[in-house]
Amino acid sequence: MTLNSLMPVLPELVVVIGAMLLLMLGVFRGEGSTPIVEVGALVVIAIAAVLIFMQPSAPAELFGGSIVIDAFARFFKILILIGAAAALVMSMPFWRNHKLNRFEFSVVVLLSVAGMMVMVSARDLIALYLGIELMSLALYVIAAIDRENVRSTEAGLKYFVLGALSSGMLLYGASLVYGFTGTVSFAGIAAAAKSPSTGLVFGIVFLFAGLAFKVSAVPFHMWTPDVYEGAPTPVTAFFAAAPKVAAIALFVRVAVSAFPNIALSWQQIIVFISIASMVLGAFAAIGQKNIKRLLAYSSIGHVGFALVGLAPGTAEGVSGVLIYMTIYLAMTLGTFAVVIAMRRDGGQIEEIDQLAGLSRTQPVMAFVLAALLFSLAGIPPLAGFFAKFYVFLAAIQGKFYALAVIGVLASVVGAYYYLRIVKIMYIDEPAQRFLPMPRAVAFVLALSGAFTILFFVYPGPLVAAADAAAKSLF
Amino acid sequence: MIGLPHYLTVAAILFTLGILGIFLNRKNVIVILMSVELILLAVNINLVSFSAFLNDIVGQIFALLVLTVAAAEAAIGLAILVVFFRNRGSIAVEDINAMKG
Repeated sequence: MTLNSLMPVLPELVVVIGAMLLLMLGVFRGEGSTPIVEVGALVVIAIAAVLIFMQPSAPAELFGGSIVIDAFARFFKILILIGAAAALVMSMPFWRNHKLNRFEFSVVVLLSVAGMMVMVSARDLIALYLGIELMSLALYVIAAIDRENVRSTEAGLKYFVLGALSSGMLLYGASLVYGFTGTVSFAGIAAAAKSPSTGLVFGIVFLFAGLAFKVSAVPFHMWTPDVYEGAPTPVTAFFAAAPKVAAIALFVRVAVSAFPNIALSWQQIIVFISIASMVLGAFAAIGQKNIKRLLAYSSIGHVGFALVGLAPGTAEGVSGVLIYMTIYLAMTLGTFAVVIAMRRDGGQIEEIDQLAGLSRTQPVMAFVLAALLFSLAGIPPLAGFFAKFYVFLAAIQGKFYALAVIGVLASVVGAYYYLRIVKIMYIDEPAQRFLPMPRAVAFVLALSGAFTILFFVYPGPLVAAADAAAKSLF
Repeated sequence: MIGLPHYLTVAAILFTLGILGIFLNRKNVIVILMSVELILLAVNINLVSFSAFLNDIVGQIFALLVLTVAAAEAAIGLAILVVFFRNRGSIAVEDINAMKG
């Protein structure tokens, strides 16, 4: 093994070594080095993104085929890096305003990003498990990063307990799949698993249960609202963006490349959790008063919609999932930018009622948030409509009519609670105004708002990139 | 003669005990951490016995990695638990209730 053969994982190495160096810097220079560490983390992410763009387009395998760098992995790595960078940018003014001076946050985010990059490249069960754990262990820590706050630590503890349980189920499934196919590599499993034996089906069920937990799909969603509510808002923004995208990517790769010959067994599972997530996401969000809890249920619903594209197990469906996750990432980051900006002298505001009359006090913010909410509801011509369009199209082409119909109905129900927020902003009597939005947060909001509103003008490049990435799996 | 099914049965029993320990336990978070370890050890029995009966070394390598990660996981879990205890003054399961759910 020469050093040259490690070139395909150079972005991962940059992220890991960058995290180590920044950790050293932070430890030796003390809390005063937080701004340097934060900027350093953004630089590391930028370098990794540039390196990914410079990689040759031919797939590269290394470590005996357990890691593969193909178009699919590169597509998701870029999304993960964008999500992490946006969360880091938004977190800087937040920590200043809350007198929280933690350089560890940026370091741990970088480590979790390294885990996610391993996840989306994983092509055997061992790399899958190690990637998931590297990501999850880092996420448990950043959920509890505000360690003097009882809600933040409770969020961390709940996330840890349920996350460890789900890792256990995933591993139990992985051990059964290994035992009944005799190999851990996805290609080997696909070759060995020609017919669904009982042991193998058990393995798939446990494996998918663990993955469903990581993407917070029903019935493994119970941690989501509490963790989203308890964790500090930039952390929640990060949770809703990057890890979810990475987990969906892993879900797609496992289903499509490890079990293509016994698709009928896992398609039932996907259809069930997809329908359950869409319906629960739509109905449970209606009664919520806290905007972070509402967005938690909204993200559960969106995972359900994304999984609609996975159900047919076709290249079109996978391409739909990729487009969906890209647009979801943009919309979520924008929405959380507004939640971070909901601040008065007394501190952070999380009640939806307090958005009342925002159109008169802060018209620009209200307009962009309204556009993002319309887009989350899936109203044309905003980006969210196209996201749903591609996955439902793939479902109908794959003859999953019931799934598509239930999905459309769930998105109609979901539109109710998104539009209720728009109504509160535009019709209700104005509440007290919020403090001015920090520039870094406004920057993220502007980018995501522009992407969401203007996506329909020029969707070509994203659709082409998603198609190419999806084809690399088949 | 003890065969593969015996090992798998032991692992399945341990796994079930671990899951039940998490859901039925109403007392203490430490017990939950122990249940998580039980689950991971059940997985290791599975991996090692499959590895032995398949004559394939990969399962044992997997088991070693699982052991390593389990140690890291326990360390982080205890750290979070200590931080929580400082804020709340208790680690009883019923006191983890600042948020509904």
